[in-house]
Order: sequence, then C-alpha cells, then structure tokens
Amino acid sequence: MDAASITPTLRAKDYKSEVAPVWCPGCGHFAVLSAVTKALAHLKLAKERVAMISGIGCSSRLPAYVDAFGFHGIHGRALPLASGLKAARPDLTVIVTGGDGDGFSIGGNHFLHACRRNMDLTYIVMDNEVYGMTKGQASPTTQPDWAKSKLTPHGTGMRPFLPTAIALAAGASFIARGFAGDPNGLTKLLVEAIEHPGFAFLQVLSPCQTFRPEQKEWKHLVHPVDMAPTADSVEAARSIQADDGMALGLFYARRLPVWQPQNQATATPADLEREFAL
Amino acid sequence: MTERPTLAGGATLAITGSGGSGAVTAGLILLAAVGRAGYFGLLGRSAGPQIRGGESAAMLRFGPQPIECMGDRFDLLVGLDWENVARFADELPLDRNSLILTDAQAGPIPEILVRSGAQVRSLPWKALADAETEGRVNMVALGMVGAMLGLPLDALEAGVRATLGGKGGRILTPSLDCVRSGYAAAAAAPVPSTTLHPAVARWNISGNEAAGLGAVRGGVRFVAAYPITPASEVLEWLAPRLELLGGSLLQAEDELASINMIIGSSFGGVPSLTATSGPGLSLMVEGLGLAVASETPVVVVNVQRGGPSTGIPTKSEQSDLNIALYGLHGDAPHLVLAALGIRDCIDTVEWAVGLAEHLQTVAIVLSDQMLGQSRAIIDPPGDQAFGACTRPHMRRLIAGAADSDHRRYRPAPDGVSPMALPGVPGGMYTAEGLEHGAGGTPSSRAIDHAEQLGKRLHKLTGFDYGPSWAEIRGEGDHLLLTWGSSAGPVFEAAERLRDSGTPTRVIALRLLEPLQREALLEAIGSAGSILVVEQNQTAQCFAYLHSQQALPAHARSYARAGPLPLRPAEIMGALIECHEREET
Repeated sequence: MDAASITPTLRAKDYKSEVAPVWCPGCGHFAVLSAVTKALAHLKLAKERVAMISGIGCSSRLPAYVDAFGFHGIHGRALPLASGLKAARPDLTVIVTGGDGDGFSIGGNHFLHACRRNMDLTYIVMDNEVYGMTKGQASPTTQPDWAKSKLTPHGTGMRPFLPTAIALAAGASFIARGFAGDPNGLTKLLVEAIEHPGFAFLQVLSPCQTFRPEQKEWKHLVHPVDMAPTADSVEAARSIQADDGMALGLFYARRLPVWQPQNQATATPADLEREFAL
Repeated sequence: MTERPTLAGGATLAITGSGGSGAVTAGLILLAAVGRAGYFGLLGRSAGPQIRGGESAAMLRFGPQPIECMGDRFDLLVGLDWENVARFADELPLDRNSLILTDAQAGPIPEILVRSGAQVRSLPWKALADAETEGRVNMVALGMVGAMLGLPLDALEAGVRATLGGKGGRILTPSLDCVRSGYAAAAAAPVPSTTLHPAVARWNISGNEAAGLGAVRGGVRFVAAYPITPASEVLEWLAPRLELLGGSLLQAEDELASINMIIGSSFGGVPSLTATSGPGLSLMVEGLGLAVASETPVVVVNVQRGGPSTGIPTKSEQSDLNIALYGLHGDAPHLVLAALGIRDCIDTVEWAVGLAEHLQTVAIVLSDQMLGQSRAIIDPPGDQAFGACTRPHMRRLIAGAADSDHRRYRPAPDGVSPMALPGVPGGMYTAEGLEHGAGGTPSSRAIDHAEQLGKRLHKLTGFDYGPSWAEIRGEGDHLLLTWGSSAGPVFEAAERLRDSGTPTRVIALRLLEPLQREALLEAIGSAGSILVVEQNQTAQCFAYLHSQQALPAHARSYARAGPLPLRPAEIMGALIECHEREET
C-alpha cells in the first residue's frame, strides 16, 4: 500500500500553507493558488509526495503558499530544477509554476526543451503580459503597442510570443489554457494536466490589477476553445493558429514517450573499477 | 646521445603525425604495454583545434616510479610524418642528446626541429609496413621503439590487444604482424627486455575517467551536463556507467539547465554532479549561489582550459581559480578543491562529493586539460578517499517522519541542519534562494540575514577537514607552494633540487576554500625561500593567499600562463633565483 492510498482525504484548504501571499489585492494568482489546492485535494495526493517548483516573479512565490515540498529557485530556471528532481524522484508529483517573463523570456530555451523532453511534469504559466515584481515592464506576451513601461516608452514593437503555438511546435504533449476568473474550469484543467503522463503545459490568463488594470476586461473576452481536444498536431495547429488568445480549454493532448530514468542497478563502483586494471 | 633511454632508467618520447597516422593510437598502446611490463607511465596528448584530421601528438614518459609530469625535454621523437608538426615544436623540447626516429621516405624534417641539434636516424618503416598485408607504419614504428626501450614483446602484444581488440581481427591481426616485424628489425641492437612484478595490479586511467570514478565512488547517481572540451570525457565515461549503477545522466540544453537540474535532483536526495570547463562554469555561477543559499549539495568538476572567453579549448591552464573562489555574488561560502594529479582526481572528487553532501553546500573541483586528457599507469586508490581521514560524510537527513517543530534552516550547533527529503511526512518546506528565516519563509529582516549568513559560513569554516587539505613532501629551508596540476612538475623540481643538495619542501594545496590558514602557516614555518608556483598569468593563488594573510611577506610568485606545460627545470631555476634574491 503506497503513501497516497493511506492518506486520509484532505480538503483544499489543508494544502494551503501558513505563509501569507505577497500578491496585490485582486491579483489573479490567488485564484490559481486556490485551483492548485483544489486539484491536489481532488486527486487525493499526499502532501509530502507533491513538489512545487518555481523560478522568480510574483507567480513563482506560489510554492511557499502550498503545504507541500517546494523549491523557489532563480529566474527562468524552474523547468530544469523540476526536471532534475523528476529524473531523480519519478515517484513525486512535480508541478512547476511561473510567469510569462520567467517562462518565455529568460527561461525560453528551457521551455522549448522541456516540451521536447516530455518528462512527466505539469507546467503552469500565469500569464499577465507584464513583469509585476519589477514594477511594470513589458513581457514576451505583451502587445507591441503597450507603451506604459519606462523601458519601452514607444512599446516593444515586437510581435508577442505565442505560448500555445510554440509549445506545440516544440513537441509538448498537453497544451491547454485556463483563466483565473473561471476557477472551476481552471481546476478541471489542472487535474487533467497533472494526470497527463508527460509534459503538460497550462497557460493561465491571470490578470495583473496593478500594472494592467485593463485586464479586468478579460472576463468579457474569454470563450471556450471552439473545437474538441485533439491528439492530431495538424488539427491542433489549425485551432491554435485561429485562436485569439482568449480561448479556454484543452487544445491538444497526446500520448508520447515519456523520459524515464534508468533505476535498476546491475553493478557497483567496484565492478566498474575492473576496466582500468592492467 | 649520452645515454640511451630505457624503461628502467626512464624515458620520454613523443610520437607525432598528421591526423590518421595513428600517433595517438601508438601512444595508447605503448602506455598499456609499459604498464603490463610493470612500469609507470604518463601519456599526454596534444591536438590542434580541428575536429578530425589535422596534427596530433602523443607525449609519453615512462619509468620505474610513478610519473607525475612530462619532464623538461624529450629523449625520442618518433616522427611518423611531418605534416603540420611544426605547430607542436614549442611543446616538444629537443636538444643535442635527443634522437629523432623517422623514415627518410616521410620527407624532410621541419627546420625548427632540425635546429634543436637532435640526432636523426632513418628507419625503414614504410618498407617493412609495405611487406605486410594491410601494414601500418605506426605499428612498425611502435614495435621498433618498444624493442629499443627494452619492452618485452609479449607486453607490447598485450598492449596492442588491449587497445585494438575491440576493433576485430581485420585491424588486430595486421597490427600485431607489423609490431612483430618492427620489433624484429630493431633486434640488431636490442636493450635487454625487463619486466617488473609490482605487488598490486596497476591501473591505466585518464584524469577525466578518474574524476568520473571518484564521483560514483562518492555516491553520485545523477549527472546533468552540457558537452564542452576538455570536460566531455568525464560525461562520456559516466553516461553508460551511471545507468549500470541505477542512476542516470541527462544531457541538458545548456549549462544553466545543467546546474539547476542537479540542484533539483539533489533536493530530491540523490548525490549529483556536473562537469564543465571555464565558459560553462561562468554560466553556472548564479545556480551555484542558489545551491549555497538553499543549502543543496552539488559538485562541479571544472576541467580548466586556456582562457579567457573561449580561449584555447584543447590546451591547459590554471586560470579559473578566481572565478571558482570569487565568482558567486553575495557572501556565498562554498568549497573549492583542486586535484593534484591523475590518480588524485579519484580521491579529490570522491572527497568533494562527501564534503558537499555532509556540509549541504557547493563543491567546485578544479581539474584541467593536462590532468583530464592525460592517461597514466597508477597504483589503484584505497577503499575510501584519503583513507577516510575525515568524519563520515553522509547527508544529515530526517528519516521516518518530521517533528511538528521541524524547521529546515534552523541553525544547528555546527550549522548543518537536518534535511527532509520529499516524501517524508511532515517534512514539507520550500527550499529557498531568497534570504529566509529558519523555516524557509523569505525574509528581508537583518536578523534572519545575519543568522543564515553565519550558519552557512560557520558550517564550512568550523569543519575539521583533516590532513588532506594539502600534500606536503620533503624537508628543507626552501619551499615550493603550489596547487592543482602544477603539483606534478613542482614535486619533480623539488626532488631534483634535493638530489643536487638543495633541501626543498613542497606544499601542494588540495583544499583552497575554506583555506586552512592556520595549518598552512604552520606548514610554511620559517621557510627561507618561498615560491608559489601556478600556471596562470596573474598569480591568482599567490594573490589569494596574500589576501588571506597566509603567506610571509618574503614569499615570491612564479606564475606563467599556459598552454605550454610547466617544466621542472624552469621551476628549479625560479626557486634558485628567488633564493638568490633573498640572499642579496
């Protein structure tokens, strides 16, 4: 009998830690935290078997607010941190959280390769199209004409990064989008993402009330994905390319080979030493 | 030639040729053969920047005692052909007592080699090779040189089998025929062949393999890394063998990923390591700070090469000491060690893993191209690094279930707080790179910062590292102080100085941070002449020791950049000059 099956059923609030969030009032990340704890409760996961891994930024503070094992790392490096943990400890449920800057800018290369590597991780990116913790600069998903940052007073002039399209191109096996204003839908997607064997990418539209107050409008703009989830990458590409960035739900899920470590020892270091003997 | 080089008397030779001539293969066989005859040996390799082809040289030194450096000059130069060999001229010091062996059919010897005054003997290698089916000049030359050195034919044949046996009979059989043919042709003036019978079976190992072996002996079972010259062989050796041990190696997308991956795996409880070289270490330093702050044990083997920037990837230097000591931002105490030789790569890496695990910190081990890509015949290491001269290095874990008042970063008397691994009920915490309180919650309070900084420093400075912080040899008023791979030529320089009536001691530092200052000052004592020897331009270790007030004011520096190896004679000269300056 494993640890999970003897854990008495926990409620969502039992997965919350005693640490008070640093987030601004009204931040979408509160809803993501709530959805994470609901999903963990729904899946009846033992707290000590869950590891929440993050980099740097507002959203990366989330692991401290969950009563599980966690690692708050450095900017952009949450995915390698989590990949190393999963490689060493395939028995754990490893959930990675971060923001659009952490995941798509400084950590962009790791995002591509985590999609390719297809380790059994869940990656939640709380996307608010702005750097909140450093007080309001453009992020990779910011629209080119957003001119409110002191660093880019004329806007970025660059096309925004398209997380779902890039995840598909890079080989992710699960691609979905949720919204902080739709807690039930978000919880459901999270449960599916955690249950998915392989790298599950979940983009969460999570408004920043402080630096992007206009994102309050998102609740009027979101809508369900207009087609059923597919395992066909061509179909998924069509759906993702037609997307306005506000479609919620599962775009793509496919069973692909999952990176697995070798765990069966058949030799000792003393055995290896024989190769050097004359 | 004043004296003909033999195995028993010691011999130094280089085999050169263009890519595909088999110079390095011949060197590998000769080393294996010499080891089988009971002698020690060292094989260094030199290559240009080409991927395949181009020029290459195998540099070998043999003798009845362990060989720790290449020496000052070459007795023999075996020139298989002369294409591009001039590029190596400054790495192949020859003199009037040297002998160049070649085949006149290989063409004219480059002028720069002729100018050395070395004698030349032409041998009919090509004709002998042509007389064999699938004959190869390098194998004929190998047989002839083996006979001239006094190497028994059966040892030479065993060396061929050990090196080429995996390639099948189509390569092996003609190679053996050519070696025998060359051996027989040299028999006109044979040196009596001699076989020693060592008490223990010796090993044939490269420094990079030794570092990999030290890692797995220390308990490392996960490695993440990005390929880089000259560290890649550490990874190539480890990848299949970690799987046999139930572990794994993950090729990361870059060095930033590598270091963070091993922090993640170590957080999960698996001793973890990465290997890299200078530019890769630069990319890892932010991650190393995270490991220090979160108290996650990790080991980085940095196989140094010529720097800065991409520098000279295929050649050696000791110029990464500064980044290893000072590269991390903030006050980030960690361990810096340096292997003192090929055999020492085993023990030093094993010790580093143990220390990192026990002290829950970062250990950077400095090797270099000279150690990493050279092979040697060595006596096997003991059962445990340095005979377990220090306390056992198990990671301090919370087993079973954690107490309700468990706090991950609560200061313990020795600064090492027990760690709960994921899966331990009640042990949940968030490992943290931000400054934090005892429970792990981020904190910007001065009191928490002071407490955690103190904990992380004192667990390293308060630990008893035992006597392995340095290797100290000899007695005398003259002192050579060195670190890492410079130890080889420094030991030899000291030995020769002693033989010539100048008693000379050596202190070779293996643990550079935390510097064992009191022990070092005691070991230095009242030495009259002190010379700090290292292979970099700016005397990085000399400056560090001064900054730690660990050197008397009259200590001098002998620092020279790579890539040419430090030679014992230049070190002897520098020490004598230093002494004369003291006298005047």
